[in-house]
Amino acid sequence: MSHDAPPDTQLAARPQRPAWAVLGERALEALIRLSGMSAIFFVAAIFFFVLREAAPILVRDEFSLVQFLFSTEWYPTSASNVRYGTFALTVGTLSVTALAMLLAVPFGLGAAVYLSEFCAPRVRETLKITIELLSAIPSVVWGFVGLTVMSRLIVTTTGAPVGVNVLNGGIILALMSVPVIVSIGEDALKAVPDSYREAGLALGATRWQLVYRVLLPAARNGLLAAVLLGVGRAVGETMAVLMATGHAVHIPGSLLDSVRTLTANIAAELGEAPAGSDHYRVLFLTGTLLFLITFAVNLTADFVVRGIRRR
Amino acid sequence: MTRVLRSRPWMPLCGLVATGALAACGQQAAKPAKTVIQNKGSDTMVNVAQVWAEEYRKAAPDVEVEVSGGGSGVGIAALIKGAVDVANASRDIKPSEAEQAAKNTGKQPVGFTVGYDALAVYVHKDNPRSEITLAELSEIYAENGKTTRWSELGVKLASVSDDTIVRVSRQSSSGTYEFFREHALGNKDFRLGSRDLNGSKEVVELVGSTPTAIGYSGMGYATPAVKMLKVAKAKGEAFVSPAVAAVHDKSYPLARSLHVYTLGEPQGAVKAYLDWILSDAGQKIVEDSGYVPVPPAERPKP
Repeated sequence: MSHDAPPDTQLAARPQRPAWAVLGERALEALIRLSGMSAIFFVAAIFFFVLREAAPILVRDEFSLVQFLFSTEWYPTSASNVRYGTFALTVGTLSVTALAMLLAVPFGLGAAVYLSEFCAPRVRETLKITIELLSAIPSVVWGFVGLTVMSRLIVTTTGAPVGVNVLNGGIILALMSVPVIVSIGEDALKAVPDSYREAGLALGATRWQLVYRVLLPAARNGLLAAVLLGVGRAVGETMAVLMATGHAVHIPGSLLDSVRTLTANIAAELGEAPAGSDHYRVLFLTGTLLFLITFAVNLTADFVVRGIRRR
Repeated sequence: MTRVLRSRPWMPLCGLVATGALAACGQQAAKPAKTVIQNKGSDTMVNVAQVWAEEYRKAAPDVEVEVSGGGSGVGIAALIKGAVDVANASRDIKPSEAEQAAKNTGKQPVGFTVGYDALAVYVHKDNPRSEITLAELSEIYAENGKTTRWSELGVKLASVSDDTIVRVSRQSSSGTYEFFREHALGNKDFRLGSRDLNGSKEVVELVGSTPTAIGYSGMGYATPAVKMLKVAKAKGEAFVSPAVAAVHDKSYPLARSLHVYTLGEPQGAVKAYLDWILSDAGQKIVEDSGYVPVPPAERPKP
């Protein structure tokens, strides 16, 4: 182990450590770096494999990318006129996600603020355990709740003909993403230094003013990350929405209309599409589309966060 | 550092691929001593085929019947490759498939009708309507169809304010979906926006809980919450309810045959199994599973 003598004299004066310790540390460092980098590798590999399954359809003459993105007609197994339009499915995904976020963000952030600022320590522990329990419920169980309990509740309260619809899927997804938003959001608020709180209180701010004027702006990056993880959970969720949204291909006119999401469509049809057929490839292309949507959401968020930071 | 990064992350993937290959090999292991009949195909028939296999074990303990589903097309594709002894199909074999099988294996596929299934049209039990024509069904279900409300069919639903018809259908890979499309819609596409459910039972359940719904499913799935409509081929013709007799004399328009196919005339254990399926014991199972048995007169004489 030859040293390039560092300019800092204090470092150079440090006593030599045994060679095995240095080597061991290097090896560990390499291992940790490898684990970090592997994330990039796996994302790229997954994207590559999904795209590779989808790619042959892109060069087919009968296939039109414009129709794929902007047509609402999804007839993958038609006997006379096969059409692959995913617009209704994209709208389905976006509408259910938007409703879920509309419900989950105020609740989630509210719960996070309460847990971190207003709550007595013992209540907080109970609540945190309960919330973690909530996030551990498997999505198929949520789907079951949507299909049976929620569906009946919606029919009796709103008079909708069918209880599996946007509203049902949105509520179920909101319930699934709230725990994510609460845990990450609470961490973000906890990370705000106590000196901020002390300074605020010293200036005579009430607790609410402190939260509203000091803590929320200080923690906004972390809070945004919490919301986006919630969005990610909602966009990618499959089993629960498959069961709770009614599985109808059309653009919803109201909250009580059934829809189908991109994920649910893939889950329902991939098993039966013959490997290598056009239908199979289009489903993989749908997967790519889903990937791009989540990628765009994350990237936008990243830019927003950077923008906030620069100011 | 960079070189390590570039080469090493592949290793777990290689391991995965190798494990997958091993697992695939393991499934091919042969079972000695017993005669094994491989049986694959229609999802509509997979339940009844499984009961056949279980019951046949009692009748002939030295024969093992291995049943799997996948769909009629999957079963026939396996027969063409010579991978199964018996293929189940809820549709007729296509001439192109028969040709391919003959070319591949040197034997003509031979079909046997082992039962019938009637596709019933279901509405909620409180719906006053009790019959429907295929043309009306097509107007409700098909692309460019005009009927969207029960009032357009002359039906007054007392309990609801919005009488928009809730169309209940099946997922596009289902054989039932294809049969309905071919025989009720004349191969026109379905209008989008129907609730496409993943099972025969789910269709009946949703129709039973929705006063404005209409759906189609096997007649064996009827419950007290739903009503089966009588169906007529065209206006002016007789409305027929789905029942055993109407399926036998082919007066019910949405009836289909359930087939099994073998390569060449069945021999030995396969022949014994098919004879048993068409015996009273085998046909009793067809009836118990909610399908229509082959009438005794049409069964081959032992």
